[in-house]
Amino acid sequence: MEKIRLNMTVNGKEIDVLTEPRQLLAHVLREELKLTGTHIGCETSHCGACTIDMNEMSVKSCSVFAAQAQGANITTIEGLGTPDGLHLLQEMFKEHHGLQCGYCTPGMITRAYRLLQENSNPTEEDVRFGMSGNLCRCTGYQNIVKAILATAEKMSEMKESA
Amino acid sequence: MNETIPPKEARMSALNGLGTSRKRVEDARFTQGKGNYVDDIKLEGMLFGDFVRSPYAHARVKSIKTEAALAIPGVHAVITAADLEPLKLHWMPTLAGDVQMVLADGKVLFQGQEVAFVVADNRYAADDGIKAVEVEYEELPVIVDPFKAELEGAPVLREDIADKKEGAHGPRRHPNHIFTWESGDKEATESVLAEADVVAEEMVYYHRTHPCPLETCGSVASMDKVNGKLTVWGTFQAPHAVRTVASLISGIAEHNIRIISPDIGGGFGNKVGVYPGYICSIVASIVTGAPVKWIEDKMDNLMATAFARDYWMQGKISATKDGKITGLWCHTTADHGAFDACADPTKFPAGFMNICTGSYDIPTAFLSVDGIYTNKAPGGVAYRCSFRVTEAAYFIERMIEVLAIKLGMDSAELREKNFIKKEQFPYQSALGWEYDSGDYHTAWDKALKAVNYKELRKEQSERLEAFHRGETRKLIGIGLSHFTEIVGAGPVKNCDILGLGMFDSCEIRIHPTGSAIARLGTISQGQGHATTFAQILASEIGIPAEDITLEEGDTDTAPYGLGTYGSRSTPVAGAATAMAGRKIRAKAQMIAAYLLEVHDNDLEWDVDRFVVKGNPERFKTMKEIAFASYNQAIPNVEPGLEAVSYYDPPNMTYPFGAYICVMEIDVDTGTTEIRQVFALDDCGTRINPMIIEGQVHGGLTEALAIAMGQEIAYDEMGNVTTGTLMDFFVPTSWETPNYQTDYTETPSPHHPIGAKGVGESPNVGGVPAFSNAVHDAFKSFGLTQSHMPHDHWRIWTIANKLGLHDM
Repeated sequence: MEKIRLNMTVNGKEIDVLTEPRQLLAHVLREELKLTGTHIGCETSHCGACTIDMNEMSVKSCSVFAAQAQGANITTIEGLGTPDGLHLLQEMFKEHHGLQCGYCTPGMITRAYRLLQENSNPTEEDVRFGMSGNLCRCTGYQNIVKAILATAEKMSEMKESA
Repeated sequence: MNETIPPKEARMSALNGLGTSRKRVEDARFTQGKGNYVDDIKLEGMLFGDFVRSPYAHARVKSIKTEAALAIPGVHAVITAADLEPLKLHWMPTLAGDVQMVLADGKVLFQGQEVAFVVADNRYAADDGIKAVEVEYEELPVIVDPFKAELEGAPVLREDIADKKEGAHGPRRHPNHIFTWESGDKEATESVLAEADVVAEEMVYYHRTHPCPLETCGSVASMDKVNGKLTVWGTFQAPHAVRTVASLISGIAEHNIRIISPDIGGGFGNKVGVYPGYICSIVASIVTGAPVKWIEDKMDNLMATAFARDYWMQGKISATKDGKITGLWCHTTADHGAFDACADPTKFPAGFMNICTGSYDIPTAFLSVDGIYTNKAPGGVAYRCSFRVTEAAYFIERMIEVLAIKLGMDSAELREKNFIKKEQFPYQSALGWEYDSGDYHTAWDKALKAVNYKELRKEQSERLEAFHRGETRKLIGIGLSHFTEIVGAGPVKNCDILGLGMFDSCEIRIHPTGSAIARLGTISQGQGHATTFAQILASEIGIPAEDITLEEGDTDTAPYGLGTYGSRSTPVAGAATAMAGRKIRAKAQMIAAYLLEVHDNDLEWDVDRFVVKGNPERFKTMKEIAFASYNQAIPNVEPGLEAVSYYDPPNMTYPFGAYICVMEIDVDTGTTEIRQVFALDDCGTRINPMIIEGQVHGGLTEALAIAMGQEIAYDEMGNVTTGTLMDFFVPTSWETPNYQTDYTETPSPHHPIGAKGVGESPNVGGVPAFSNAVHDAFKSFGLTQSHMPHDHWRIWTIANKLGLHDM
């Protein structure tokens, strides 16, 4: 099958990659760019394990053709935090035991990142509604919600002290 | 000269050992997306394989044409049963003593069954190939109802064993009958029932569902023809058992097979079995000479790769007029699907269903289970459960409710009256188990007080009066559940899988500078073993948990063990860890004695060091001892500091708990609102309270799903009607309530550290709590039993049938 040239920015890096037009963005990220933190749980956009941030929106990358990401600005879990310094959300997920098997975690954190960009002071209800596109089979969500609320609180503390 | 000894408390807290809510060591990599799951593995030249699956539930396969598929660019091979037959791999043994087709051999027996395996450059090309494989089917009559499987004229499903009168578990009375398993005293139970003051009878159905981990099953097989070594990475909850089975069925010597379970994205029993995809990826790697990956999608997973439950439990329970239970009878019809692939210990074809006397002192009981073939997917796996304990707990907790209605008694009081008393432990149950320990009354009392039970009942009856007055359309249901689990399989004398005893293992190496590595025969799927097992060890050998690396899942390096499922890791491998730690300590004591020039017996262990009795200034820390073991020539002591323990548990462990759910139900819409869930667990000694609580939250959410909507349903043609996450209910953060947790602590008397296992308790105890709440709301209108899952439609139907929509 003829390939197309795809240009996008992923985690701040300019990417130039050849893909089949039918390839899903999740597969290009995972297999061509080796960013395997974006997971695939269902391939039908129900579970949210493949959630990434694309043009400042949460997007389920299993239901988007890579071709649709032409020129897009993408952040995956690998773009949040560094091995030397975790992103606050990553720290809070660890602190509040917001993960178990870790499979949903990158999607959860990437989604929570956007949620907090949109609403920096959410209520528990806001978080539960805003995260409802991401499934977790291990945690029962209670500690995920706690971790996100704790992140919001810390973010606002940091803002105040700044 | 030794420095001053820091206070005991400071040294203990530095260890981060037993009982501390240690943060998980796994989380740094998982939160950064740096886990390594099977689909993340990418090898040079790797191909991708996927299945042509049957659209029919029962059909003869007339022909399979592969030419068109093979002509597609990027397709390397199409493997069918005919190709596997010369290798004798077209069928494989199941864990339950049956055999299962790897690829359709002449017929298909369930929708989604594997028919052919297409190997291609990548998943897209494989999909092109799948679409081009032409299979001609001839449809056959279908059995979806196990009660119709033995009727006259029923189609024979398993032609391969149609004439076999004897199965792996005794005589077969019909070609569609698998086994009948009995436990307890039939005659005595029947006579108790015949003479009883009160007998309650009910059919309790625990519907078919699926563990549905977020990550599906998959494998990467790589046959290195130069070295003759086969390496398989995969979603294996029992890697060593997979290696042995792979060796037995492939003929490849076991030392030439390396099985690796990388990070696993949730298991819940789904990843215990051996599936056709694993076999086909191995064969494909041998055939093509390239590594081959197989990753199923969610629909494949839900439709074909194991199911859970599907038990029809006919029950009778008898009691005196004042509510003392005298007998329990149960006959179960178990729908096993097309192949008996239940993952139970060999001697227990219905798992531990005979724990169905629950938390109660029931003097006489009888259980029989019929296993039946139908045109459904094989499986019968323990979905976050110790081999049918969930079915047993649901059954008895429903029967208690039904009996309470018949007696006109409050069901909390009925439970309390019949609990096994603390002083009766160890308790011998009528169906043959020795419960190791328990204190049910204390737990129950604590739970009732926590929810203010009496007030709740008062509020419920006031609500009911208001409903009758037409002031509200919402009822309150109070769901009670007191479960007893049986986990930690198990003693080799009666527990094995395919002849492999269900012991487990731990191997420890202490490094010269006083840090350590421990390897176990289990494999974490989110339970946090690397965190908790290091805590057990820290407390045993006085090395901080932070300085202990935990490794699991690689059969070339880990000691042999039977893996992780049935809440067996802590009871069995956790015990092995403690025992191996004690061996380290015993050798350390000899080394310390030499260094301090005293007799072994003159030393005592003090958190992280050996101290000379009566002379606390003289001691050797574990760190000092570790170094000495590598640099000193000690008479009669081998250099190094290592130990291994293979632990065969003397008994199972019996965690228990008291769960209460309060639910509001709208009779006009059938919608429910969970108002409160209180879960008290007693899992014996608590290793990491944070992780225990996390396990309880997760298990309760699975229980909520199962009780309130999650099912694998079939239509009359044998089509799966719940094959995607659109139809198969997995609760989101929006539907899931907050949970209140609590605990009591009754250590197991036979486990080295008294721990019992907790992962599955919330699923086992949660399902009856949620289901009983629904039943309880409608109790006063005459409802005794209504089958799960209690989705909005089914609840609306209950209300409708009871005439509540006319009120």
